[in-house]
Amino acid sequence: MTVESTAARKPRRSGAKRSTTARDTKKQPAGQTELVQLLTPEGERVEHPEYAIDPTPEELRGLYRDMVLTRRFDAEATTLQRQGELGLWASLLGQEAAQIGSGRALNDADYVFPTYREHGVAWCRGVDPTNLLGMFRGVNHGGWDPNSNNFHLYTIVIGSQTLHAAGYAMGVAKDGADAAVLAYFGDGASSQGDVAESFTFSAVYNAPVVFFCQNNQWAISEPTEKQTRVPLYQRAQGFGFPGVRVDGNDVLACLAVTKAALERARTGQGPMLIEAFTYRMGAHTTSDDPTRYRSPEERELWETKDPILRLRTLLTREGLADDAYFADLERESDALAKRVRDAVRAMPDPEDMAMFEHIYADGHALVDEERAQFAEYQASFVTAEEGI
Amino acid sequence: MAAEKMSLSKAINASLRTALETDPKVLIMGEDVGKLGGVFRVTDGLQKDFGEDRVIDTPLAESGIVGTAIGLALRGYRPVVEIQFDGFVFPAYDQIVTQLAKMHARSLGKVKLPVVVRIPYGGGIGAVEHHSESPEALFAHVAGLKVVSPANASDAYWMLQQAIDSDDPVIYFEPKRRYHDKSEVDTAAIPGPLHAARVVRPGTDLTLAAYGPMVKVALDAAAAAAEEGKSIEVLDLRSMSPIDFDTIQRSVERTGRLVVVHEAPVFLGTGSEIAARVTERCFYHLQAPVLRVGGFHSPYPPSRLEDEYLPGLDRVLDAVDRALAY
Repeated sequence: MTVESTAARKPRRSGAKRSTTARDTKKQPAGQTELVQLLTPEGERVEHPEYAIDPTPEELRGLYRDMVLTRRFDAEATTLQRQGELGLWASLLGQEAAQIGSGRALNDADYVFPTYREHGVAWCRGVDPTNLLGMFRGVNHGGWDPNSNNFHLYTIVIGSQTLHAAGYAMGVAKDGADAAVLAYFGDGASSQGDVAESFTFSAVYNAPVVFFCQNNQWAISEPTEKQTRVPLYQRAQGFGFPGVRVDGNDVLACLAVTKAALERARTGQGPMLIEAFTYRMGAHTTSDDPTRYRSPEERELWETKDPILRLRTLLTREGLADDAYFADLERESDALAKRVRDAVRAMPDPEDMAMFEHIYADGHALVDEERAQFAEYQASFVTAEEGI
Repeated sequence: MAAEKMSLSKAINASLRTALETDPKVLIMGEDVGKLGGVFRVTDGLQKDFGEDRVIDTPLAESGIVGTAIGLALRGYRPVVEIQFDGFVFPAYDQIVTQLAKMHARSLGKVKLPVVVRIPYGGGIGAVEHHSESPEALFAHVAGLKVVSPANASDAYWMLQQAIDSDDPVIYFEPKRRYHDKSEVDTAAIPGPLHAARVVRPGTDLTLAAYGPMVKVALDAAAAAAEEGKSIEVLDLRSMSPIDFDTIQRSVERTGRLVVVHEAPVFLGTGSEIAARVTERCFYHLQAPVLRVGGFHSPYPPSRLEDEYLPGLDRVLDAVDRALAY
């Protein structure tokens, strides 16, 4: 797949000048912004002066498959929560294009710092979907090896991971490695001090990190207007690196812009902020009730911008996928859902003593003492039963 | 370099230098640690010799310092970060408690975060507010962290070496009013365990346990008590997480009395935990309740009052007398 960006091809003297946003800001009042879009909600391909992409039919089908499978997995997880198999689920419904587009922009050597909603990015990194469910079932707090897929553990405290991403990227730069870091966060997180500090550190050390903000319009019940008075991507300008807003429901635009930003980072041109303008179609989590704070009309409007439908329209109209393809994918989706469902139901509870494990790498006398005391306490029940 | 007399701050500097020389993954990070050498000159000369890439002047953002150190550790580095003063650590408290302490457990042991957070702490230097606090209990309370404090130059050197070698995050509290106290450091020695307490003055009538800046006060109190015919055993606890309860227990079983001294407020402090554990372990050996001497439940006072706030010789001896009177 070829992705071309004038931003990547023609580096200028300063990051600020390179940014389209710097120009836009002067022309436009806050709130009126340009959106990078390569595939309209009607499924039409459109050109953008800075970001171009020419995917093969196979690549287009691949992106479509990724989004469909991710949505199916996500729906299954929501169902599993409703059935009591998971304690909680944070659905990505509506954000498939933002996650698959950005996730498929990554090279193997790149490293990802997700929030707790990046199920589509995890999919792109090859993390088994069932691995994501342990923390939502309550059997662990993550548990996967971040280094096996260069996909860090989910971070629940909002925005904290952006600093880890900045630090990791500082390390990548020290190593002289041909890699970049992709840090995810949301519109709510943009208010966190850690996010501002991660922008500062990344800019000062010219760290190879791309900040990917999925602005899904809602931080639980608070709309983006409660977080910012300027479009979020414009924040980058104040830190000295470019920011760009992309149609977050357009998988091609997300892919093209993220690829360009990652390449820019890998080639020593520093950080970049991407604001993927999207919508959280579902609740914040399965514990949330969005009917209390937003209108059904808003959701209906965003349904017309669905990320999967527009690519399906393109594939169908261009004759790139036929009914048999879609039927096969449907079967694959159901099989994935079944595999996930079976895996979750078979997921064993951790052993009692597991809570004393992995607290310290080098051990700790108090943990040893408490482990022994608790084991003795547990054993006392067995002894009593045997006594009977 | 073998045995040499040096100040506690020079010993830390020498220890950092050794670490930078022996492990290319060790980094020093903090505010003003570069050209200035830190506000206490603890990192003096290190950036000149090891470069800006390894001795890093950071933006003035403590959460950012610890948060990026976590990221660097994930990449395989061993960052040693400096928090400029005790009272400035709290912007980083979230990253330390929520991220640094828990990531090893959250990854089921797959991630290790060998990060050392150096914090000059304690009072007695006539400083403005936020420059004299002793927040060690706030860190010792957190599973996943180790918390230590040296009381002399030799421990300052070796405990920092061991903290940097540890695959766990270590909060390393430096007794800033002892920075200029000199003692012998043998850099060729074989150090004892990082988390072991040490009997620094043997005695038979009462155990006086202290750490960091209070060890000197405890030793002075023991010397004064000796003139009155009282034999006080002084323990340098050295580690607040884990606490070496075995050494404390052995001492209290001999003396039957324990007074714990620290600058931090006594309420829910290190001394409170020790008092509870010693009561459990040594109930039939105790001749008196465990007494604590420390700061009050007040903000650290203006410096003109700090001599009254800090446990001095007289307040320690008062507690010793009360314990012996039971």
